[in-house]
Amino acid sequence: MDDLLAARLQMAVSLGFHMIFATIGIGMPLLMVIAEGAWLRTREPVWLELARRWGKGTAIVFVVGAVSGTVLSFELGLLWPAFMEHAGPIIGMPFSLEGFAFFFEAIFLGIYLYGWQRVPAVAHWLAGVGVWVSGTLSGMFVVTANAWMNTPAGFTLAPDGSVATVDPFAAMMNPSAFAQVLHMTVAAFLATGWLVAGIHAWLLLSDRDNAFHRRALALCLAVATTCTVLQPITGHRVGRAVAENQPVKLAALEGLWESQRRAPFTLGGWPDEDAEITRYAIEVPALLSWVAFGDADAEVMGLKDVPADERPPVAVVHVAYQTMLATAAAMGATSVAAVVLAFVRRRVPPLDPWFLKCVVATGPLGIVGIEAGWTATEVGRQPWIVYGWMRTADAVTPVPNLAITFSLVVALYVGLGILCLVLLRRQFLNSPSFPA
Amino acid sequence: MSPEPIVAGVLATVLVVYELTGGADFGGGVWELLASGPRRRAQRDAIASAIGPIWEANHVWLILALVITFASFPRAFALISTALHVPLLLLLFGVVLRGTAFVFRAYDQRDDAVQARWSAIFAAASVFCPVALGVVVGALASGAVQLGSLDLVGTWLRPFPFAVGFLNLAIVSFLAAVYLTLDTRHDPPLQEDFRRRGLWAAGAVFVLAWIAFCLARDGAPEVWHGLWSSRWALPFQVAVAVCGVGCIAALWTRSFLLARDLAAVQVALVVGGWAASQYPFVVPPDLTVHEAAPHRVLWTLLAVLGAGALPLLAAYGWMVWIFKRDDAR
Repeated sequence: MDDLLAARLQMAVSLGFHMIFATIGIGMPLLMVIAEGAWLRTREPVWLELARRWGKGTAIVFVVGAVSGTVLSFELGLLWPAFMEHAGPIIGMPFSLEGFAFFFEAIFLGIYLYGWQRVPAVAHWLAGVGVWVSGTLSGMFVVTANAWMNTPAGFTLAPDGSVATVDPFAAMMNPSAFAQVLHMTVAAFLATGWLVAGIHAWLLLSDRDNAFHRRALALCLAVATTCTVLQPITGHRVGRAVAENQPVKLAALEGLWESQRRAPFTLGGWPDEDAEITRYAIEVPALLSWVAFGDADAEVMGLKDVPADERPPVAVVHVAYQTMLATAAAMGATSVAAVVLAFVRRRVPPLDPWFLKCVVATGPLGIVGIEAGWTATEVGRQPWIVYGWMRTADAVTPVPNLAITFSLVVALYVGLGILCLVLLRRQFLNSPSFPA
Repeated sequence: MSPEPIVAGVLATVLVVYELTGGADFGGGVWELLASGPRRRAQRDAIASAIGPIWEANHVWLILALVITFASFPRAFALISTALHVPLLLLLFGVVLRGTAFVFRAYDQRDDAVQARWSAIFAAASVFCPVALGVVVGALASGAVQLGSLDLVGTWLRPFPFAVGFLNLAIVSFLAAVYLTLDTRHDPPLQEDFRRRGLWAAGAVFVLAWIAFCLARDGAPEVWHGLWSSRWALPFQVAVAVCGVGCIAALWTRSFLLARDLAAVQVALVVGGWAASQYPFVVPPDLTVHEAAPHRVLWTLLAVLGAGALPLLAAYGWMVWIFKRDDAR
């Protein structure tokens, strides 16, 4: 394995692992805060118990997110020193803000988890709100740094290629920052909502009358379906930003080879990079032109107009993007079923076994969608580490034998992931009983 | 006025605070490993409840130091990450194992075998990390990290960096033991355990500091010069010695609050002294603080850090007050 590939895979595994925990670490505090808020209003013990249980889950997930995030911040330098040498000062702003947000998150989480007996109930709830807000902000700041890699802004270059001037805020408010932040933030609540809904639906299948799981499922479904409805809107904004700023990525997402007016929107299919054609796809005429530019006659650039060494790996990008869309469709269908069934049965949550099974199946799809979406975003940016400015190959560390460190990181994270699942499973299986 | 010295000062301060807080949390893990005698379990419980609520916040000081480094001194960051790739990677593995083992232990089965397994990982990683971090600092101070060289092992696999590594291990253990005398103030026998450990650790710090200092003459001439023959060398040595001896005396006479304050000042002086002796170099002998990001970036960073500092310290203070105030168990 060559060192560039090893470095990219190590980064991909580190990010792919971290984002699962970071996502749930952003989403769980929202659920936990709603449950505790409901307890403060109603004083029903079932809500308090839910908040406590979800707090424990948050603690386990948060620590894995925190340490894997530490690994990532060091890996920026360990794997991509030339990138950090030039980009460090430009994206230092969002990372500093993220540092602060993370600080508040850790402080409030310490108070939340260990302070049940030590602070008044309202202060405790506010600490939870602090965890939720600072966790969300933390994620937002990091995503603006990534958005900068996709649509760099806020700096000028000297004739020798070095960075001459930097406007840190302009860099942070780069053209795709808003769209990416919005899309990812909603995704975090959406994915967590479905995941936790899936777990409680599964437990309800054998423990139908337990109010603990019923309340939990109702709350999670409310969060998840709301986000599922919003997500196409935020996704559309991302699509417009990509169309405007990263035409090559758009072509790769769609597997579009020929530049054309009335470009079709492609569903499924397999891009054959040697033949420069996308096979087995369903094409909806003119839809891509309309979605991307708001005009069915707009011209969309195809991959053939780009030199081969400036194209990303098209098959990976296209399939990842299609996977994300498929998970979105499935979550949308389950959302519709949830709403319709709630009206028909006049019961929240609906408890029909087939519906519960649907929710169980939908549970992991938010996380799958996030992994697929980020794969499309990041692989779609290739061969650039900073779009149009610095190539990934020019940024990689000169340190040799990266396949070794890559293997170690994989081994560490596989082990950690398994242990984490075992622990979380134990937390869920010991769930308490409350009469319906 | 140029912002570079201010940013360097802020960075040094963050590192000092990290050593005093996050460093001491690693020290807690060291005493977990060395728990012994009839109160072994009580010692471990005291350590767990002392660091449990606060260690994750303390850990963020390290992240903040990292971010300040790459935002302000990007060339230094790139150079250090390349030349010290191996010890930094090892440090990261330690950080991951330490943190997860500590939290997973709290949420796993209560039975002794399971708990002991997590404890072993937590304690071993807590010993390993301060040594790795010290090795990184020692290698940096020694001037072995140089532009254009791609020696991945010779930069740090030498006596001086390891002397600093073990010195750091002694320092964090010393801090933790002294802090724990206050956390256990309602349990005198337990407090005695940590008092004794604090005295031993203070001795270890003295011996290892002396070894590191002797090795610095050849191993890190810049630092040696700064600590030995510069203008501020004598007052510095005297201040460290006064704090060190004073802290031992305070532990001896059971003035635990005073002991904690003197220990903190002593360690702050040692870490700050390293930073000051290295100044203006970020990476001696090639990169100084003037090899920095554009001024506008540095001023903006300082403004953000300044604006964030107050609410941050308020929240941090609230947390410490909640968990360390006197009516707490």
